[in-house]
Amino acid sequence: MSSMPPARIEAEPRGGAATIGKAVKVVGQIFSREDLYVDGEVEGTVEALEHKLTIGPNGTVRATIKAREVVALGNIQGNVEATEKIEIRKDAKLTGDIRTARIIIEDGAYFKGSIDIVKPEPVKATTPKAQPSTPSAQPAMANTPGAPSVAEMKR
Amino acid sequence: MLEPLRGFFRGSRGGQAGGGPPAPPGGRKLNGSAAAASLSVRPSRGLEEFFTQIRDTSGLTILDLGGATQKNVSFITDLGHRLYSEDFLRMLNEAFGADDTADQTNPGRIEYFLKQTLDYPAGHFDGVLIWDVLEYLNPVLLNAVVERLHHIVRPKAYMLAFFHSDDKQEAVPYYTFRIAQTNSLEIAGQGMRRPAQLYNNRSLEKLFGKFESVKFFLTKERLREVIIKV
Repeated sequence: MSSMPPARIEAEPRGGAATIGKAVKVVGQIFSREDLYVDGEVEGTVEALEHKLTIGPNGTVRATIKAREVVALGNIQGNVEATEKIEIRKDAKLTGDIRTARIIIEDGAYFKGSIDIVKPEPVKATTPKAQPSTPSAQPAMANTPGAPSVAEMKR
Repeated sequence: MLEPLRGFFRGSRGGQAGGGPPAPPGGRKLNGSAAAASLSVRPSRGLEEFFTQIRDTSGLTILDLGGATQKNVSFITDLGHRLYSEDFLRMLNEAFGADDTADQTNPGRIEYFLKQTLDYPAGHFDGVLIWDVLEYLNPVLLNAVVERLHHIVRPKAYMLAFFHSDDKQEAVPYYTFRIAQTNSLEIAGQGMRRPAQLYNNRSLEKLFGKFESVKFFLTKERLREVIIKV
């Protein structure tokens, strides 16, 4: 049992999502176990398998993306797998192939690529089990109790 | 050989990226709200014919050259098909510039454009929704595009294209086409644009001479709907 005082929780301006601000560039892999808001630049891969990933209007992502839900307001170059749904908002630009259960495209959005609609797997009524969202080779998630963020960035 | 229209004019697509020169004299450029006001639904025999070929089989690969719209994406994917989307006119503007004298005969530019828009393996697609985009290509680029389509669409598959049938019109309305039903389209006027050349049935048969068959449907809007079998 730790006797350390709880870590200070950072302000979370995006409804509880971890945020990569517009002045930040990340090259590498991002694994997130909470919702993630990217308004900066990301190259590599982004995984938020059970969470929502939002690419903000200033966001530029050149990456393979896997998330439960993806909302694009900025620029994405790369293949996107969104198990639940993807929204491509007006003024967003997405170049890549999409696999998702549901897609929403606003007028004015630019999309180049293919769309595969995949039906979500039926929910199993088995005992809930903590589902690791990272490959087995990954170390334990960074969201130890009290840590301010659960997004893990790996070069 | 098809003759290019003198004073070829190429405008913008819905005021989107790539821009474009102002509407030609006599033409009427619609702004967003006006364009939205021109939304209408009309029957389409060509679309019906196209869907007759693809609706009983799922898992086909369909290419839409009109850019991504919610209705088209939903309609095609709800049938169980995989949809590829290309915003052809936007890429045309980006590749050749907004200038209406842009050189669509330059082999290097043509190659670049084809690489950007139609770079797919042979026989990759089971159907193509071309809509009206071919109207705005000059003969050299048009022939290169048609040749490429012939390459990337599998034999016996179908393509749907629209061409205006007015022989003297300087500029024609151009649209966003949204699938309403298998036999009807929602068309949203985007403005006026001058085709690069004029077509009649004969010239279209020559254009698609390498294809197995070409079938025409003339609509009351003076839009010639063409079904091309590869």
